[in-house]
Amino acid sequence: MSEVRSAALAEQFEDLDQQHEASSLGMWVFLATEIMFFGGLFAGYSVYRGLYFPGFDAGSALLNVKVGALNTALLLCSSLTMALGVRAATLGKRRELATFLVLTILLGLTFVGIKLGVEWHHDYLEHLAPGINFAYEGPNARAVELFFVFYFFMTGVHALHMVVGVSILAVLLWMTFRGRFGPERYNPVEMAGLYWHFVDIIWIFLYPLLYLIGAHH
Amino acid sequence: MAAHVVAKKTYFTVFATLIGLTALTTYVATIDLGPLNIVVALLIAMCKASLVVLFFMHLRWSSRLMHVVGVAALFWLAILLALTLSDYRTRPWTPAGKPWGTSNIQFNR
Repeated sequence: MSEVRSAALAEQFEDLDQQHEASSLGMWVFLATEIMFFGGLFAGYSVYRGLYFPGFDAGSALLNVKVGALNTALLLCSSLTMALGVRAATLGKRRELATFLVLTILLGLTFVGIKLGVEWHHDYLEHLAPGINFAYEGPNARAVELFFVFYFFMTGVHALHMVVGVSILAVLLWMTFRGRFGPERYNPVEMAGLYWHFVDIIWIFLYPLLYLIGAHH
Repeated sequence: MAAHVVAKKTYFTVFATLIGLTALTTYVATIDLGPLNIVVALLIAMCKASLVVLFFMHLRWSSRLMHVVGVAALFWLAILLALTLSDYRTRPWTPAGKPWGTSNIQFNR
């Protein structure tokens, strides 16, 4: 350990590596709790899909796979820009970091915009919103309604995570402009990146479970 | 400090693979494979998630401690799913109980 303490080192830590390890551990443990949070929804989905398979199949077929695929691509793009942003932060390239943060925020907002503004709006107009105007006619109507309960809740909680993520990135962008990050001081960017990628992973599973199971019709 | 800097090319390769797998899973879903559809879709999703975790989230270059947390998280998730589904999936195996009040057992003889 060097004699001169880095200005980026908080006093409770021995060195920057230990500080980085502590931040990472905290974030990974938080993400483990998030897996349990979403895991409950996935377990509930699996149980009811097993009990009412034809209805879930028919409900999934009512979703637009193209829009779902587009949103998946947007989110993967945002993960790429986030990873490149973290890389820029590690190297102390502030301008590059700011650019990638802006790109990630824009991609994230586009995703949420399409999700809520296009898809949910369309579903509402099609009378597919359970508890509000659900009016699907056909076999297994009640099971289709149950599918849409899961659809709105799972995509809703996911979109909420996206909004939280965009807010965190906006704060990081402001901090970048204030010159708060450097080659030794980038932990917040990296931890926000972990969160962003995690939200991407949730969508990677939501996309097949919600959009693709009925796509063979 | 010893931060692991990954070449940009690696990220672009991972990203291209992720987009390719998304296209693949979208295409496979249009073919009727019966019960195998969901299996294939989930396998591809697991591949994509692994790529994101290993490369974008740097788990590949992280310390053992993070690996332990990651594995523990998956283990808890496995318990959650396995115990819940084993309950629901085995319920039809036992005969349904009789409605309340129709029991054969006579309490007040």
